[in-house]
Amino acid sequence: MVRFEDVVLRYGNGPEILKRISLQFDPGSYHFLVGPSGAGKSSLLRMMYLAQHPTAGRVALFGRDVAGLSRRETALLRRRIGVVFQDFRLLDHLTARENVALPLHISGQAGGRSAKDVEELLAWVGLADHMDALPPTLSGGQKQRVAIARAVIARPSLLLADEPTGNLDDRMAVRLLYLFEELNKIGTTVVIATHNESLVERFRHPVTRLRDGEAVEFDAGPAPRPQAGTA
Amino acid sequence: MPARRPGRRPEPPDVMAAASKARGRLRKPVPLDRDVSGRYLPLLVAIMVYLAALALAGALSVNKLAARWDSGLAGALTLQIPAEAAAATDGPALDALTQALAATPGVLAVEPMDAQEMTALLEPWLGDAVVAGDLPLPRLVAVTIDTGGPPDMEALRATAQELAPGSLLDDHQRWLARLLDLARAVEIMAAVVVLLVVAAACIMVAFVTRMGLAAHNRAIELLHLIGAQDSYVARQFQNHALSLGLRGGLLGFLCALPTLYLARFLLQRIDTGLLPELRLEPHEWSLLVLLPVAAALVAMLTARITVLRTLARMP
Repeated sequence: MVRFEDVVLRYGNGPEILKRISLQFDPGSYHFLVGPSGAGKSSLLRMMYLAQHPTAGRVALFGRDVAGLSRRETALLRRRIGVVFQDFRLLDHLTARENVALPLHISGQAGGRSAKDVEELLAWVGLADHMDALPPTLSGGQKQRVAIARAVIARPSLLLADEPTGNLDDRMAVRLLYLFEELNKIGTTVVIATHNESLVERFRHPVTRLRDGEAVEFDAGPAPRPQAGTA
Repeated sequence: MPARRPGRRPEPPDVMAAASKARGRLRKPVPLDRDVSGRYLPLLVAIMVYLAALALAGALSVNKLAARWDSGLAGALTLQIPAEAAAATDGPALDALTQALAATPGVLAVEPMDAQEMTALLEPWLGDAVVAGDLPLPRLVAVTIDTGGPPDMEALRATAQELAPGSLLDDHQRWLARLLDLARAVEIMAAVVVLLVVAAACIMVAFVTRMGLAAHNRAIELLHLIGAQDSYVARQFQNHALSLGLRGGLLGFLCALPTLYLARFLLQRIDTGLLPELRLEPHEWSLLVLLPVAAALVAMLTARITVLRTLARMP
């Protein structure tokens, strides 16, 4: 599903943000990326959602080397990836409902049944009464829930979340990670970058620890899932 | 956490409307209609189309005028007998000249102009002196020739010289060539104006599009990251440019109409065959009507190309 081989990332002539990272996330797996701020978690995720190309090394997604993808192929591949951005990235002029429906609209699935899916999902994340609210009128936690709903509405094969629980209370954070688990159970590969160690311990999935751009530790977790195939 | 209640009261009508709108068609993901940069684009396009309409109408009118000059003078010669010799060619001498010219093969008609016709011809230019007979006037003889089988011009000149010494036979070609050159130059200038207007419109639309791309960089990046292709983003901009271009184009065209009618009215008042009439035929009007549409299409294509070229540089 996700394979990094000796990946190096450097912005311009600056220092190496990621140093020879090699890792593999198999289809249907659930991973945490943990580490302190500046460890390289977000940069790693950026490469996974194809916002950034590696300076050196090889990144493969869904079995394809991303370096050889055309712009069209890149766009189609991105539709299989759901991303919860750390800064939410909601469009302020669209309602919560419209923000969530955006991936469906882009992939030509909007209307009909999908409108109901959007409503159900927003209700599930506790925003039934805020469907037609504009993001500037929502709290940080509410925005984050809209961002999460947008990331999962198209049932992605790979779900990437950058600090998805940062603005949520513990109860909602746990609830959302259970949502990710539900998605994981139906085959979605989930990768969550977080610094919330207590949450990581609670869910007990494989953990990759990053420090100063290096993967310093890999903990396979107590109960590895049966894997549906190889990357 | 609030959850959806089964027996929930119906939403108020305005929310229902908003919801159905959201269900049916998503609002534009890139809110270009809120941009200040795009607010003046219709006005600028209107000015462009206004200038292009005037230039095009002028070019069409001059083209018709040149054609009229060309066809009007084709096959027409003028025999000019100087004033001092005019008295000697009155009466029988003039009849003999007319008959001799008319008998030349290739000549269709010979019509000497009488004093009244000469006065009517020159009075608008020379005033009362012509009416009073104070000015010595040459005698003019209009000769119509067969353009399919024209006469031997040298023989015709020799005949005229023999019967009316000092006379000049003018086929108007030098004068006509200069007028036609002038007409062509005006047409080329009008075409250059239209091309410059199109170029200026393209630069303007490209500039506004680039500003839009910069202003909505985050939204565009987000659309990309959730799987939008370049053509999807380009569609947002090209549809916006098409709408603005069409609005501006129609405004410019509507403003050009009274100007054209005013120019036509003023030209009609002058009442001379030397100036264009600005009377456009239906097919020429259809060309003018196409200007706003062309402006909108140019704006749309420029926006699309600008967006696609800019996005191609993004990861």
